[in-house]
Amino acid sequence: MSIDAVEVRGLGKRYGLHRALHDVDLDLHAGGVCALLGPNGAGKSTLLGILSSIVKPNAGVVRYLRAGEALAADASLRREIGVVAHESFLYTGLTALENLDFWGQLYQVEGLEQRSRDLLREVGLDEKAWERTAGTYSRGMLQRLSVARTMLHEPSVLLLDEPFTGLDRGGSQALAEALSGAVKRGAVVLVITHDLESIAGITTHVAVLRRGKLAFEERRASGYSFEELKDTYHSHSE
Amino acid sequence: MDFLRYVKTLAWKDVRVEFRSREIIYTMSFFAAMVVLLFSFAFSRQSATSSEMMDVSDLSPGFVWVAVLFAGTLGLSRAFDRERETGTMRALLLAPIPRAAIFLGKSVAIAIMVLVVQAVVVPLVALFFDAPLFAHPLPLVITLLLGTIGFSVVGSVFAAMLLKAGSRDVLLPVVLYPILVPLFIAAIKATAAMLDGSLEDCWFWIRFLAVYDTIFLIAALWTFESLVIE
Repeated sequence: MSIDAVEVRGLGKRYGLHRALHDVDLDLHAGGVCALLGPNGAGKSTLLGILSSIVKPNAGVVRYLRAGEALAADASLRREIGVVAHESFLYTGLTALENLDFWGQLYQVEGLEQRSRDLLREVGLDEKAWERTAGTYSRGMLQRLSVARTMLHEPSVLLLDEPFTGLDRGGSQALAEALSGAVKRGAVVLVITHDLESIAGITTHVAVLRRGKLAFEERRASGYSFEELKDTYHSHSE
Repeated sequence: MDFLRYVKTLAWKDVRVEFRSREIIYTMSFFAAMVVLLFSFAFSRQSATSSEMMDVSDLSPGFVWVAVLFAGTLGLSRAFDRERETGTMRALLLAPIPRAAIFLGKSVAIAIMVLVVQAVVVPLVALFFDAPLFAHPLPLVITLLLGTIGFSVVGSVFAAMLLKAGSRDVLLPVVLYPILVPLFIAAIKATAAMLDGSLEDCWFWIRFLAVYDTIFLIAALWTFESLVIE
């Protein structure tokens, strides 16, 4: 079951009196990276929470489409979704390999051991660190391991919330390459970030949220440069 | 069968993390041992009441279960804190597994930790209060098991529900203990009846424990997902 588009219609979410999202419409397509931009508190993480099925909206719907058909929102749908969030989603008491083994079992990843080792190499984690508990890792190493965890089951929808935080230049490059690889594989990719430099070049779709509303949306097959992303962000987020 | 495999994977992960750090087990066991030790000083073996002598071994069921309740709450809180610190509870909810399996996996892991604490507390109480707790091993084991299952099931639901609450450490006992009162009364009554040698009464309370566990297990499996999703 591979998802090739995500359709968001009239999405709204309230936390008590606070309106986090209001009437948001958004279409995400496979084979491109959507940069979701906006100031703090704009509702970006709430939108990501709803897209990942962990937050229930008060209004509107999210449809996951395969060949134009909406898929049922059940446990098997979650297998298609990969999330990188502010938190590492890792057990600090387990080693890198044990973490990937645990999550791989839950996602029923085939050839798990080999896949884990390949991914750890891809994200640039030194082999000596594989048997160390994640609690001994630096912020950047944790983020690399977190990315490996997300990519483990080859999700067809990738939702990333500030994935470049804590990564050094090499780590950012490895992540950008991983995202490019996912796009080539036909994944739907949504990235929330303030690190516009890291996503310049791979972004083909920009959406700007402001006070819970979609303030701007645009697609460019040719992609966006850093300057273009910066201009778009500044002109629509203030 | 996948469901049980997920439960096993989740519980084994918790057990592995805990037996590597031994943080919760040591804290719970130490705390429970301290409670029993303090009780042993507060109530010497032959405490005098106003006019007659009282055998404090009659109070030992209460000591066992109070120590288990307090130490268990401590462990419960910490076990769920671990899932909060790096967002792993959120990641578990995102995983393509039945969410009830997450609940059951946590419950099994907590039950294992509580059983370890009981393995410390019961011999200590038997020793300090000269209580014949091991006179009827089968009812004892069943009572301990059913009490542990009930505590873990109800505790896991509330601990997961309060995961995002700011003052969860304070709130957890406040919301949890009233629900656990029938369970602990039944466990104390079963243990006391066992000490008295009235096994018929003991089995009555064991059946009560089994019914309590069944009701709360079904309710927890049914409601867990709606309690943890925002």
